[in-house]
Amino acid sequence: MFQSPPAKPCVPESVLSVDDLCVRFSTARGTVHAVDGVSLSLAPGETLGLVGESGCGKSTLGRAVVRLIEPASGRIRLAGEDVTHQPRHRLRAARRNVQMVFQDPFASLDPRWTVGELIAEPLHIHGIGSRAERRARVTDLLHKVGLPPDAAERTPHQFSGGQRQRIGIARALALEPKVVVLDEPVSALDVSVQAQILNLLVGLQRSLGVAFLFISHDLSVVEYVSDRVAVMYLGRIVELADRETLWRSPAHPYTRALLDAVPRISGGHRPAPLKGDLPSPYDPPQGCAFHTRCPLAYGRCRTETPLLRGIGPGHSTACHLADPTLPGAAPLAA
Amino acid sequence: MSDPVLAVERLNISFHTRRGVLRAVRDLSFHVERGETLAIVGESGCGKSITALSLLGLVPEPGRVEGDAVRLEGRNLLALPEAKLRRLRGARIAMIFQEPMTALNPVLTVGEQIMEAILEHEKVSRAAARDRALALLERVRIPDAKRRFSDYPHRLSGGMRQRVVIAMALALSPAVLVADEPTTALDVTIQAQILELIDELKRENGTAVVLITHDLGVVAEHSDRVLVMYAGRKVEARATADLFARPLHPYTRGLIAARPQPGGGRARLAEIPGTVPSLFAMPAGCAFAPRCAVAEPACGVAVPPLMPAEDGAVACIRAGEIHVPEPAREALRA
Amino acid sequence: MTVFEISAPAAPAPRARDGLLLRLLRQPSAAVGLTLLVLIIAMAASANLVFPDDPLDMVTQPFLWPGEDAAYPLGTDMLGRDIASGIFHGARVSLLIGAVATLVSLVIGVGTGALSGYYGGRLDAVLMRVTELFQTIPPFLFALAIVAILQPSIPTITVAIGITAWPSLARLVRAEVLKLRHGELVQASIALGASDLRIIVLHILPNTLAPVIVSASILVASAILTESSLAFLGLGDPNVVSWGGMVGAGREVLRTDWYVATIPGLAIVTAVLALNLLGDGLNDALNPKEAAR
Repeated sequence: MFQSPPAKPCVPESVLSVDDLCVRFSTARGTVHAVDGVSLSLAPGETLGLVGESGCGKSTLGRAVVRLIEPASGRIRLAGEDVTHQPRHRLRAARRNVQMVFQDPFASLDPRWTVGELIAEPLHIHGIGSRAERRARVTDLLHKVGLPPDAAERTPHQFSGGQRQRIGIARALALEPKVVVLDEPVSALDVSVQAQILNLLVGLQRSLGVAFLFISHDLSVVEYVSDRVAVMYLGRIVELADRETLWRSPAHPYTRALLDAVPRISGGHRPAPLKGDLPSPYDPPQGCAFHTRCPLAYGRCRTETPLLRGIGPGHSTACHLADPTLPGAAPLAA
Repeated sequence: MSDPVLAVERLNISFHTRRGVLRAVRDLSFHVERGETLAIVGESGCGKSITALSLLGLVPEPGRVEGDAVRLEGRNLLALPEAKLRRLRGARIAMIFQEPMTALNPVLTVGEQIMEAILEHEKVSRAAARDRALALLERVRIPDAKRRFSDYPHRLSGGMRQRVVIAMALALSPAVLVADEPTTALDVTIQAQILELIDELKRENGTAVVLITHDLGVVAEHSDRVLVMYAGRKVEARATADLFARPLHPYTRGLIAARPQPGGGRARLAEIPGTVPSLFAMPAGCAFAPRCAVAEPACGVAVPPLMPAEDGAVACIRAGEIHVPEPAREALRA
Repeated sequence: MTVFEISAPAAPAPRARDGLLLRLLRQPSAAVGLTLLVLIIAMAASANLVFPDDPLDMVTQPFLWPGEDAAYPLGTDMLGRDIASGIFHGARVSLLIGAVATLVSLVIGVGTGALSGYYGGRLDAVLMRVTELFQTIPPFLFALAIVAILQPSIPTITVAIGITAWPSLARLVRAEVLKLRHGELVQASIALGASDLRIIVLHILPNTLAPVIVSASILVASAILTESSLAFLGLGDPNVVSWGGMVGAGREVLRTDWYVATIPGLAIVTAVLALNLLGDGLNDALNPKEAAR
């Protein structure tokens, strides 16, 4: 679909690579292209932030990567192994390499199990270690996420939201995965607790070298944890850049609008907010999906879908205005 | 200064449950002037939402509201019978909620709901109510208002629904608008639109706004004064600009520092250790003392009184002696 | 949203597991139900000790009114059989059929509901059509027809009641499973690599247990009632005494010796009432939100 995918297809050293992935949902109201031709890759020990507003497909993409959702087309490689269409029973081994942390720490942990049982469950499923070894591993994991060893004997409802998220993280790390997909891991938490979990994640990544695909709608949080950031709009990546570049010189008008919309403690001048609503995913606009809200849209945006193309080292965007080779394009000021 | 539109004096809200008496709000006093936004900020369990409900006499069973007075334009709502309260609700004080769908009737069109709100309180013809409802929908900038008038709520997006709820709340030009996390369920670009709309309506109608939120960025950009709550009590109340320039209470300072700042880099976030105490197991003395970095033995003895500080008030015995940590200051100046 | 945030912090919530009995006994109606049920179970358990002889044997003269002869406190029927002995032995039959029939319903209903809700799609469509087919036939008539064809005996009656009572359970379980199926609990388990069987047995079914237990207690009551009705119509096992059969036999002398039908009738009412009270109590006690209040 893309002429020149910016992420090199299957870089050998990447632990996760996604090529031209499409996910479709068929409902009574029609078909939604929830993820529409997305390519990205994740290096070992790196954090790739995935931001966008509701319905942009970021969570769907995350779930497709751990194969909770079947992709319609494209390819997913985990540590070099193609897992796109592997049947579930053969996925077991691959699952050791990719784990997931969910948004709602109240819903993702079985309330009837003890914390020790919950954290040991992945070890159990994959037949790792003896009973004593598993117990030792649980204690070790609890320590890593900052919980006391006696937490293993208690049930999840005896813990606060932040502590439960620690339990969820410990469980995701039990198999020593190479990649962890974190789907809005701090969105349900209070600000003071968010900081604890974010510090924990950053520290764990440093010590374990695990790669994170960090999905969030909160730009401040994404900026804090990510090495690189992908911005999604209606199923497509519209901009991909390393963190500093993205915040210093965002190239896509949507990225800029998103950054401007974040309320800031430090105040300062704020441009007028973006007009209009997100278009219905059932009936996305022709051409560039963002043209209905874009303050800079011109004729070509309404007819032709812009492709994601490189505009600098590690920086690519899908906007006609950023294409210097074409007539009618204005150079963008940062 | 003229009499405030809304004045709350020593408000206490408690819940009598089987597990004991739960004191959700204690000794809370504040006031709001015409055309002013007071932000009430705090984390879950601090009592901010229940305070919002109490302003409209909507605290559910088994809650008990006690206190000296909740004065709305001079009338003490705590002393009014339910029938009189109902006449004020909507007409003089209105509320918008986090989830707009809970405030909308799914089987009435949005136009009909606004008409009902008008007809409930005023003796006007249906045609006149209809005209006013349509004008209100245009006022809150619902595109194509004529057609939207006869749409059912489920046909609208989250942002549009919140606009409808705001139109309903403004139908009778109330003196006070209570907004409980009005944008928490919305996307960041839509949040910016809704907050701008509330600001504009406040400027034009002179409505007093009580904005309940957990988001300090929203507080900084959209309020005139701030009240910080922790575990049911007011811990700091200041003019917004002053609060962010020189936060006095250690909790306020912790909240500000815990939030990743745009452009703030990846330095470890200043976290507040532990979690909010359970209302069933309140620590003696200052409720924040167990989590406080500067607590001293005296903090655990008596609840610190609210002391006048600069232009506002703060409840911390060490507020005078401690200075703002440097990194926080730099972040604020940026 | 708003109000419930006050309960959100890490309050030491009451544990769901311990104290179920305590929570049950705190409700007067459930306590009464449980006491009655324990009494009936004690009667059934002690029947052979208290009344070692066959309750169908003629032991003395017929139509002894209750209290007329201290040896036969509840009197005798038209054939001189001891009614008290019939009540004790009948409790065994009623409880046995009630429990086993419910077990049959549980196996079919929970199995069907779990598979239907978990896998969805075509399997769900087929299983739900079968369930509807069973629901279109009035269960009592269905059971009646099966027993009439297969000859009445305890096994046939039990199976007949069991295979007619499961559809409501299947629907209940399916609805509960559907609620969990796309929730984060199941998604998290799949992401860990757990097999379907593991997820269903270890995570889904235990979390649907509360409503299933409640409806099972009601199902036992209705099975006892169905068995009594069948026996009343003469379709009980002729070789054992049953409460329904006793009522049926007493019907003919209702005008003159009404106690013959009324005493076993009261036994049926008591058992059904006890189970229903217990079911209501369990519903409240197993509902964690209610329990927290």
